[in-house]
Amino acid sequence: MIKSYKLSRTISDIVIYVVLGGLGLLWVSPLVWLVLHSFRKEGGVSVPYVFPKEYTLDNYLDLFTKTEVFDYPRWFLNTFVVAVFACIISTLSVLMVSYAFSRLRFKSRKTFINIGMVLGMFPGFMTMIALYYLLKAMNLTQTLPALVICYSSGAGLGFAISKGFFDTIPRALDEAATIDGATRNEIFWKIILPMSKPIIVYTVLTSFIGPWCDFILVKIIMGDKRDNFTVAMGLRKMTEKEYKQNYFKQFLAGSVLVAIPITVLFMKMQNYYVEGVTAGGVKG
Amino acid sequence: MTFIEYKALSPADKVKYKVGEFFSQIPNKLSVFGKTIANFFKNLIAKIIAGFKGYGSRFANGDMATKISYIVMGFGNFTRGQVGKGLAFLAAEILYFIYMANFGLAYLNKFDTLGTVKTTQTINPDTGRPMSVYGDNSMLILLYGTLTILITFVLIGIYVANTKAAYEAELALKAGKKNLTLKEELADFLDGKYHVTMLSLPVLLISVFTILPLAFMILIAFTSYDGQHTPPGNLFTWVGLETFRNVFKVTEGASKGYTFVSLTKWTIIWAIFATFSNYLVGMILALMINKKSIKFKSLWRTMFVITVAVPQFVSLLLMNQMLQDDGVVNVILERMGMQPISFFNSTAFVARVTVIVINMWVGVPYTILQTTGILLNIPEDLYESARIDGATPVVQFFQITLPYMLFVTTPYLIQSFVGNINNFNVIYLLTDGGPSKNPNLYQAGETDLLVTWLFKLTMNSNDYNTAAAVGILVFIVCATLSLITFNLSKSSRNEEEFS
Repeated sequence: MIKSYKLSRTISDIVIYVVLGGLGLLWVSPLVWLVLHSFRKEGGVSVPYVFPKEYTLDNYLDLFTKTEVFDYPRWFLNTFVVAVFACIISTLSVLMVSYAFSRLRFKSRKTFINIGMVLGMFPGFMTMIALYYLLKAMNLTQTLPALVICYSSGAGLGFAISKGFFDTIPRALDEAATIDGATRNEIFWKIILPMSKPIIVYTVLTSFIGPWCDFILVKIIMGDKRDNFTVAMGLRKMTEKEYKQNYFKQFLAGSVLVAIPITVLFMKMQNYYVEGVTAGGVKG
Repeated sequence: MTFIEYKALSPADKVKYKVGEFFSQIPNKLSVFGKTIANFFKNLIAKIIAGFKGYGSRFANGDMATKISYIVMGFGNFTRGQVGKGLAFLAAEILYFIYMANFGLAYLNKFDTLGTVKTTQTINPDTGRPMSVYGDNSMLILLYGTLTILITFVLIGIYVANTKAAYEAELALKAGKKNLTLKEELADFLDGKYHVTMLSLPVLLISVFTILPLAFMILIAFTSYDGQHTPPGNLFTWVGLETFRNVFKVTEGASKGYTFVSLTKWTIIWAIFATFSNYLVGMILALMINKKSIKFKSLWRTMFVITVAVPQFVSLLLMNQMLQDDGVVNVILERMGMQPISFFNSTAFVARVTVIVINMWVGVPYTILQTTGILLNIPEDLYESARIDGATPVVQFFQITLPYMLFVTTPYLIQSFVGNINNFNVIYLLTDGGPSKNPNLYQAGETDLLVTWLFKLTMNSNDYNTAAAVGILVFIVCATLSLITFNLSKSSRNEEEFS
């Protein structure tokens, strides 16, 4: 009896290993293919075998040397600059809004929170056209500041997670500081922020990663001004029909180059995400 | 059921009872939700009435200086030792009038018709070449008119605050107190009024770049702004609910109504399949990874989670390229002597199944990440008693794990359902809506969701009014679902639990 129980358990374990192994391979295989074929020397778009016959670094070098048609280094720099500025403004907005909503008590606080939630529910695409004309009126279309504005202006609406985090910091701390004569401003900078490292890192990373992954806004705002494209938009351009045959391998190489830093940052963020969200979201 | 009866139940039955109770409470919660909204408006109206009463009584009771500040803003504060504050109020008033005289009023005047002077073609007398004489631009009238209305609301707010401040300054003097100096007032913005300091910049950004565009687009839905009425060449005007009627009118042949109905059906099917396929598969995989006897847990987890870390546009573009007619999957299939499959260009059914499956590749790792913690929290004794009763793992999954998870993660499920209704990236990057062989669909393909249709309507055919109307309808559905979730979850009510 006990033997058969053990046997059935081993069998079920083996089944699980097979399923996990098979599905795991299925899950990583496109990414492995991406990396392998970004080093491929021969062929154009697709080749009928899994492992490339010859390996080369040319696809990567071409990205940085042959910049007449697709100026990859410039796009990379554009994206980096936009991401840095958007990240600074977004992080400040998010932290300020969530601190005010979480720690300060003022009239119509609830109204503000509800308005913020409702605004967040409109499909983002609805505002894009109006936003475009607004930026045009400000003479900002086809420029990088326009992108910074688009990525960071609405950031304050994403206060939910960090508000949840601030809610968990005991109010007794604030009260003690107030008795000692600290103003709310001092409490924010000297007491709350130093205690909020996980949520700060999380906010910084998410708002930094955002611009690297979006291309819809870039498409609308930049039109055909290729010099101001971001990486995502440029890579999508490479896969269009007229360029695909010549640039597909460069597209693969370019994707790998973006994916590496973003993946590393994401993995870093993951740790803080778990800390920050479990602290902020236990209340479910 | 009494408490004792409940206590006597077996653990599995307890969970079942709780789950049943939870779902039977939903209608009740809905009605509470409706009442909350009704109450909100009742309070709002009461507040407005109270505001007007206060406004009148302050005028009646105030002295001369207070009365003057009902016309010259800041006068009351200026004459009572608060020079800086008074000047600030006055500056706001002057700036507003300058803005209105030079800019706002011209647009506001035409707001009711959205312009009447058409752009015409004439011959330039000097050069003899045709040239166009630009008339009114309806789009700019609508945009700047909306801006002017928003600014006016802000000024009304400042104006009311001004009357209050003037009256308070008067009362303070009468009571023998000294009014705050500018310096003290400013210092208060770092302490007592710190919320103003913290919120003003984000609120300004959100008002200009979110609320203004949103108000503009909502208004567009009630105009005739489409491909035939595009400024600056043509005018458009208010048409009331006409656009919404067109969206709901199903006629023979290619029409917006037909497209709306068929895309709505597909959007709902998509949202259901995308949500539940990811949920179930992700949960089963998480259970497998976390089974006690399984080794290399972190290896398995990393294998799945790595796809989350790679930027979505990279993985989706990659998938799109691999599954093209000449993509690597088909090339390999051909090599192996099999029939190549046209994933995106043959029938609607094949394309739809493909996007749902690819979406699993993208979404399942998220579920694994999010459910692992909750799965580990399911009380172990539930499983123990089930095992003693001789339940197989499959029975345990359907009788214990699934009901428990559904109970705990309903808010998460509704959230991801809403997310999938708005899942622009997956559809846009994978199929771009294709295959578009159905001639009855207006500006859309078989796999287009409502949001991607909205995008195409604005980008390809300039049907701004239809796009705005679709956007509003999507918003209504999503907002209702999200608000219900928010009300169901405890976090909104127990906000102060920790502090």
